[in-house]
Amino acid sequence: MKMTQSSIARRALTAAVATAALASATTAQAAENGKFRVGIVTFLSGAAAGPFGVPSAHAAETVIDALNKGQLPAPYNTKGINGMEIEAVIIDENGGATKQVEEFRNLVERQKVDAVIGYISSGDCLAISPVAEELKIPTIMYDCGTSRLFVENKAPKYVFRTGLDAVVDNVGAARYLADTRPKMASFAGIQQNYAWGQDSWVDFVEAMKHVKPTAKVAAEQFPKIFQGQYGAEISALSVAKPDVIHSSFWGGDMEALVLQGGARGLYDGKTLVLTCGETGIERYKGQAPNGTVIGGRGPFGAFAPKNALSDWLRTAYRAKWSDEPIYPSFKMAQAILALKTAVEKAAPAGKQPSSDQIVAAMTGITFESPSGTVKMARASGHQAMQGIAYGEYHYESGRAVLKNVKSYADTCVTPPDGTNGQEWIKAGMPGAKCD
Amino acid sequence: MRLDRTELWLLASGVVLALGVFVLPNWLTFLLTIAFAKGLVVQGVVVQMRAGLVSFGQGLYYCIGGYTVGMGGQWLGVHDAFVLLALSMVAAAVVAMVLGLLLTRYREIFFAMLTLAFSMILYGVLAKSQSLGSTDGFNVHGITALGWTPGSSGKMFVYVLTCGIAAVAAVFLHRLSKSSVGYVCEAIRENEVRVEYLGASPRWTLYSTYVLAAAVSALGGGLTGMATGHVDPEMAYWTTSGEFVFIALLGGIGHVAAPFVAASLFSTVRTYAIQFVPHSWQMILGFVLLGIIIFLPKGLWSLFKRTRKAEARV
Repeated sequence: MKMTQSSIARRALTAAVATAALASATTAQAAENGKFRVGIVTFLSGAAAGPFGVPSAHAAETVIDALNKGQLPAPYNTKGINGMEIEAVIIDENGGATKQVEEFRNLVERQKVDAVIGYISSGDCLAISPVAEELKIPTIMYDCGTSRLFVENKAPKYVFRTGLDAVVDNVGAARYLADTRPKMASFAGIQQNYAWGQDSWVDFVEAMKHVKPTAKVAAEQFPKIFQGQYGAEISALSVAKPDVIHSSFWGGDMEALVLQGGARGLYDGKTLVLTCGETGIERYKGQAPNGTVIGGRGPFGAFAPKNALSDWLRTAYRAKWSDEPIYPSFKMAQAILALKTAVEKAAPAGKQPSSDQIVAAMTGITFESPSGTVKMARASGHQAMQGIAYGEYHYESGRAVLKNVKSYADTCVTPPDGTNGQEWIKAGMPGAKCD
Repeated sequence: MRLDRTELWLLASGVVLALGVFVLPNWLTFLLTIAFAKGLVVQGVVVQMRAGLVSFGQGLYYCIGGYTVGMGGQWLGVHDAFVLLALSMVAAAVVAMVLGLLLTRYREIFFAMLTLAFSMILYGVLAKSQSLGSTDGFNVHGITALGWTPGSSGKMFVYVLTCGIAAVAAVFLHRLSKSSVGYVCEAIRENEVRVEYLGASPRWTLYSTYVLAAAVSALGGGLTGMATGHVDPEMAYWTTSGEFVFIALLGGIGHVAAPFVAASLFSTVRTYAIQFVPHSWQMILGFVLLGIIIFLPKGLWSLFKRTRKAEARV
C-alpha cells in the first residue's frame, strides 16, 4: 500500500513538473499573431484621466493607427513597427500600485505583450520598475517624474523613461524667473500635500537659492490633494505679498486655484507660475491672468518646436479628436516612437527581436520626436535628456498665445549621470552648462 | 489535535492550491497571492462582523503589516519572511492593544467611523513622511526564508507561503468560531446585555477579538508587500478598507473559507473587466457585485448552503 501511494505521488509530481514545463514553454514571449503587441497603461478614470490620461490615450490611438497605415512623416514613414502591425492593449492606471503590479503581470503573462508603455503616477513607476526587471519586458515610463526611479533601480536593463525627471521642471522654472523677473524679492508656494507637491517645492526652493539667492520664501501652503476649495490658502498667500507664486498643481486642482485666486485678486501685481500649466492652455479662456508663467514638463505640447513630426501630430490629433494635443499627448507619442526606433534597430525588417535585443538597441539611443531630437543620455542610457521651455500665457482676442518663451538647454537643467537630482540642486547644480 | 471535516478540507485545499504553483500560469498565481492575502485582511473584518462590529478601518493593520515588512528590510536589515511576518503581527497587535481600549467602548456606526479615522490618521502621517517616500511609498525586496534566497522564484515562494498561511489561519479561525469565545461573539451580536447578565464580559471578548483581527490582517498586509514588492500609504486609505468590507459582504460570514473565495472572485472579475472594457471596468464590477448582493443577500456562501439544504430535502 505504501509503495503504491509513493509511486502515485511520484507520478503526480512528474505530471505536475511536465505540465509546468509545458506551461512555461507556451508562455515564452511571442506575439503569436505576427503582430507587435504593446501594453498602454494610463489613467482612463479618476482625477488624472482628464488632464493627462485621456489625452495620452488619444495620442496613442492616433499615432498607432497612423503608424499601421504608414502615414507618419520621415523617419517614421514605414508601416507598423519593423513591418509588423502594432496592436495596442490599453489598461486603466487607476487603482493604486498593488493593482498596477497585478495588471502589469497580467499584461505580460496573460496578454503576452512585447513591450509596455505607460505610468503617470510616480508611485506606480516605482512599483512597476522592479517587476519589469523581473519579467524582463521592455518598459517605457512615459510621464512620471520621480527622481527616485533610477536611484532605486541602480542598474536598469528593461526600464526606460522617455519623459523628463521632475527636477528639470523646477530648475527650469527657477532659471526662467531669474532671467525674466530680475527684481523679484520674494516668492511663495502652494502645493498638493503628497510626494509630487513636496518634491516640487523642495526642488524649486533649492534651485532658487542658487539662481536667485536674494529672493526669500514668503509663504508655503500644502493643502491636501483634490481639496478643491483654497479659500484659506489664498488668504494666507495674499497676506504674505510675494512677488511670485509657484505651484505644481495639476488638473482640476490647478484650474480651481486659477479661478478662485483670480476672483479674489490674488494675482494682481504678482506672477503665478504653474509648472504643469500647459494642460490648461485651451481651457483657461482668459481666466488665468495674462502673464501667468506656464510649463509643459519639457519641450512638449504648446512648447514643442516646429518640425514635420509636431505639425503632423497636431493636425492628425485635431482631425481625430477635435482638440489640441497637450503635453501628455506629446510624451505618449514620444514613447511610442522611441520603441519603434529601438525595435527597428534591433532586428532586420519583418523580424521580431527578443526583449534583450530591444533593450540593448534602446539603451543610449537617439531618436526624432515631435519634441525634437531626443537622446537617451542619462541613467546609463535609460533616461531621456532634453531641455525645457517656459513662457507667459496671454489671452488675446479669444485665443491663447504664449509670449516670452525661453528654452533652456538639456545640459542647463539636467543633473550629470549618476547624481541624485535633489542633491545636485542642493550642491548648486555643478556642471550645468547654460548658454 | 484532531481535525474535523471542515478543517481537513481547508488544509487539503491549501495544499492543492500550493501545488498549483507548478501548473497554474504565473499571472494567476500572482492574482491568487494578492487575493488570499486580501482574504486574510477580510478575515479580520469578518471576525469582528460575527461580533456585530463593522470595521471601516481594517486598512490600518493591512498597512502596518505592509510597512513593517518594508521597513524591516530597509532599515532593520531583516529579510527573513517568517521573522518579518511575525514582526508585522506583533506591531499590529501592539497598536491594536492601545486603540482597542478606546474602540471597544463604541458600537455600530461610532465604531465604524472611529476605526476609519485611525486608519486615515496613519495615511496622513505616512503621506507627510518624505523619508518613507510620502505617497509614492517604497520598494520591498530581498526576501529570504530561513537562510534560503528564493531569487527568481521569489513570487512562487510567496504564493506557496500565502497558501500555507491562509490555510492555517482558516483552520485557526474556524476553531475560534466553534470555541466558547466564538459563540460569545455571536451572542454579543444578538444581545449584549444578556451576555453581561450571563457573567461574560463583552468588552474583553471584543477587545481580544479586535487584537486578533488586527494580527491576522497584518499578515495579509505583509504578504501583499512581499508579493507586489512595494508598499504605499494607499494601503491605509479608506477606499482600501471599504474594499475589505465589500469583499466581506460578498462572501458572507457563513463560512471561514468565504472571504478567500470572495476575494478571488473579486480579483478575477476585476482583472477581466479591466481587460475587456478598459474604459468602464468599474461599471462592470459594480453590476456584478450589485447582482450578487441583490440575489445572494447572505453572500456567495449561501449558494453552497442552499444546494446542501436542497440535497438534504431529497
